[in-house]
Amino acid sequence: MLSVLHAVFVAPFVDMATAPTFLAEVLIGGIAAGLMYSLVALGFVLIFKASGVFNFAQGVMVLFAALTLVGLMEKGLHVVVALLATVVVMIALAFGIERVVLRPLVNQAPIILFMATIGLNFFLEGLGEMLWGANVKRLDVGIPDESVKLAGILINKLEMSAAATAAVLVAVLAVFFQRTRIGRALRAVADDHEAALSIGIPLKTIWVVVWAVAGLVAIATGVMWGAKSGVQFSLSLIALKALPVLILGGFTSVPGAIVGGLIIGTGEKLGEVYWGPLVGGAIENWFAYVLALVFLVFRPQGLFGERIIERV
Amino acid sequence: MSGRTPLLEVDGISVRFGAVQALERVSLSIGRGEVAAIIGPNGAGKTTLLNVISGFYHPYEGHIRFEGKDRTHLKPYDVAALGIARTFQNVALFKGMSVLDNIMTGRLLKMKGSFLLEALYWGPAQRQELEHRAFVERIIDFLEIQAIRKTPAGQLPYGLQKRVELARALAAEPTLLLLDEPMAGMNVEEKEDMCRFVLGVNDEFGTTIALIEHDMSVVMDISDHVVTLDYGRKIADGTPDEVRANPAVIDAYLGLAHA
Repeated sequence: MLSVLHAVFVAPFVDMATAPTFLAEVLIGGIAAGLMYSLVALGFVLIFKASGVFNFAQGVMVLFAALTLVGLMEKGLHVVVALLATVVVMIALAFGIERVVLRPLVNQAPIILFMATIGLNFFLEGLGEMLWGANVKRLDVGIPDESVKLAGILINKLEMSAAATAAVLVAVLAVFFQRTRIGRALRAVADDHEAALSIGIPLKTIWVVVWAVAGLVAIATGVMWGAKSGVQFSLSLIALKALPVLILGGFTSVPGAIVGGLIIGTGEKLGEVYWGPLVGGAIENWFAYVLALVFLVFRPQGLFGERIIERV
Repeated sequence: MSGRTPLLEVDGISVRFGAVQALERVSLSIGRGEVAAIIGPNGAGKTTLLNVISGFYHPYEGHIRFEGKDRTHLKPYDVAALGIARTFQNVALFKGMSVLDNIMTGRLLKMKGSFLLEALYWGPAQRQELEHRAFVERIIDFLEIQAIRKTPAGQLPYGLQKRVELARALAAEPTLLLLDEPMAGMNVEEKEDMCRFVLGVNDEFGTTIALIEHDMSVVMDISDHVVTLDYGRKIADGTPDEVRANPAVIDAYLGLAHA
């Protein structure tokens, strides 16, 4: 009994203290993964904030963006040209979604809109495969997937560039939301539709903007995850990893998505490395979901989300 | 009122929700520069009327003319662009945003500019932001809310939230300001402040005001013109003294609500 307690509560911390470089490597890996989770979660938060829709298709948007990019590159386009073309495609998609899906369903219950995004999910998945095929594609962004030693700590180049891009993107979005006219309008719409309409904010335009921004976030996510693990159907499943992040951070909070992602990224890496051997590994696969369950029980609005109070 | 040019003319509008006839052929006219009050018992259709004027509901018959042009079927944001601002009965502020940001959203229609410049907060974009800030500061001074500039709107006491909502509406420099129960739930002191502000707005900015209010002494004090609704129909329309003396009003409203 005592040995079990020792193995759970003492030994891992002793390991951490005795090998600080290794701990740093684990933490850096965790933060890198966490930033990527944050990025996926951000896509959800943007749309949820501005339109109250939980966008089931966010994961497939990531896949679709990555497929389009790789597909265009395979056609012989230069990376930069292909990237610009993908941006255009995602913006066009935002216009299309507003016109075909959101506008006819305006004022419907959230569950109806949610169902519509499930439809969108399958449509995009099919369209992506029809256009670009279903086989696994390699995405080469010109950054080698290799490690270098920095101050005695082993760092993966690709992971670091991805993490840096994610950090920049997250910062830009935060500034955009806080400081600009459009950002202010977005927050206003998120806060109160009716009041936003009354001060002259056209919802349609705002919806196109958020879906376009979510599309751009999907491109960034797709490029980074695609470069790491290839562009394939499973890319759309990273959306599942974003769910616990959202539950942790709160569905309506941009900082929440960032902090939630970091907590889950580092938590699952630390758990896997230091506590994994005790239970035969694979902690990484369920850590996020168990943490999310705990949060659902004790703090359902998440760390930064708005408290859900409904008048009955 | 007669002799003044009408700013808003509502001509025989009807609104129905399922089996409920919320408004039945209501007509009224609000003159430029006046303070008009819309009164009536609960469920009389006052808020519905305001919602029709601001484009949230559309009547199945009748017309609305604003500044002489037919505006019956406009959407809320188009109505806002015409210069009609409003506040809501239950206070619809952006609760997570600071008071300053809330009022700045009122300026959105007045702001324009390049997305890119804005993202960089550079050149004309910065100048524009500063110009609008100056105007907003004027409103903040006017409504005496300097001290709460940075406070998130949701954390303010109710009376102040109402005042911030008025500030946001004023930031759009409206020609017509619609106030849905601006003094509901306030104590005597807050009500006096709000009366002062409403009259001040009317005076200083020349804004035409239409307000819904339950407090009779307030209504009689500040309005030039009182319209009374009951069960979706207009039962009286005139100066405060005329309306006060109208037996139909006394029956329908004063008699019932203040028995």
